[in-house]
Amino acid sequence: MTTELSVSLWRGAQNGRYETYRVPQRQSQTVLDVVTFVQRHIDPTLSYRFACRVGVCGSCAMTVNGKPRWTCRTHIAKVASGGKLEIGPLANLPVIKDLATDMQPFFEKWQQAEGAFAPTKTRHDAISQIRPDTPARKAADAAIECINCGVCYAACDTVRWNADYLGPAALTRAWTLVNDERDGGNIARLQAIAGAGGCHACHSHQSCQELCPQALNPTAAIAGLKRRTAAAYLKGEIKI
Amino acid sequence: MNVRLYLWQRATAAVMAPLVVVHIAVIFYATRHGMSAADILSRTRGSIAWAAFYGLFVFAVSIHASIGVRNVLSEWTPLNERRVDACAVFFGFALAVLGLRAVAAVVLT
Amino acid sequence: MIGRAAKHRDSALWIAAMVHRISGLALAIFLPLHFLALGLALESEARLESFLRWSDQPLVKAAEIALVFLFTVHLLGGLRILVIENFDWRDGQKQLATLAAALSAIVAFAFLVRVF
Repeated sequence: MTTELSVSLWRGAQNGRYETYRVPQRQSQTVLDVVTFVQRHIDPTLSYRFACRVGVCGSCAMTVNGKPRWTCRTHIAKVASGGKLEIGPLANLPVIKDLATDMQPFFEKWQQAEGAFAPTKTRHDAISQIRPDTPARKAADAAIECINCGVCYAACDTVRWNADYLGPAALTRAWTLVNDERDGGNIARLQAIAGAGGCHACHSHQSCQELCPQALNPTAAIAGLKRRTAAAYLKGEIKI
Repeated sequence: MNVRLYLWQRATAAVMAPLVVVHIAVIFYATRHGMSAADILSRTRGSIAWAAFYGLFVFAVSIHASIGVRNVLSEWTPLNERRVDACAVFFGFALAVLGLRAVAAVVLT
Repeated sequence: MIGRAAKHRDSALWIAAMVHRISGLALAIFLPLHFLALGLALESEARLESFLRWSDQPLVKAAEIALVFLFTVHLLGGLRILVIENFDWRDGQKQLATLAAALSAIVAFAFLVRVF
């Protein structure tokens, strides 16, 4: 006889409710498997996002028992204590439907943090020789593997409390560019992250660092940005 | 929070760290010796050193605590930014005034 | 409100951040009272003395022990943040946060032994 899981899924938009489904438990089952089972065999109207199913794209991030995680990389055995599971959409983002959130605010803040490369050379210039072992490049490389899954943003209490706060992912991307010797947009970038909602809003709770599925450390990146903005401000390069 | 408030808050924190350690030592000393008001005031009255020490402490904490309170109000209450700023400034001034008054109370002869 | 309280909020570092904030708030509320008490010396030494004697009662002493804890934990937690923000990243933040709480408890306990 198969054991059954009692799975609560968020249904509806911002004003919705949890509905419970019974899902047969299988070996090596992931949370994404469970959600997929509900949609295929019980309720085809369930909306959720996934893509690769193998932990490289970040699309399947949801709130599982209160924690934002990649559902394809979360084994049921690890999270369903007593055969119960609660799955909701990522926090801190508007809910489109059921388990799918609107990632637009996340990406808008990415832009507001000047998280885009500002080139200084053209195709006619010599290629920059970037040494991989300089401190700046090491710092950038340690922070560059963000795939915008939104887990850090969903985990961050400061994002929840402060609507202006750009969030860990946007600031981490800004940090990689601040450390990129080819980039020419640093003054504007530091200015963008030095005001309300900028890097100084971070309280170093470190939920981002603890939960990042790519093992990135936004807390450290943001600490670096605090130092850089402080230096720029004291030198008069940026203003409040 | 912005870079300017951040710098003031962190700088006053750094300044106060050693002051706090000394103050905790003072608390322990005063309690161990069961000091009365007379005991305390005989040490502080007319002392430039205590005036400077606690005067600096009062200035630093007025800035530090008001910025901290500002953050809490901004994040945990629905007050708008202008109200939050006003509360923080008021609190900072209140601490400075009451604090300097307290320093005067124990230092002036 | 979607979902119950997030489980990551039982992380040592989240608790440390909350303790830091709450201790700061408690100290901010306490400070004006502390200044007013010291200001009694403006009236007379006797006035301050009678306040100090009032504060000898056990409940007040218990509050003072709590304040010593909050004061110390706010200092040590703050130092940890200053290190994160001004020096290269070091791992072991959970251990440092727990150490800060433990040291603060020891200091508060030492104070308790003194006053009781």
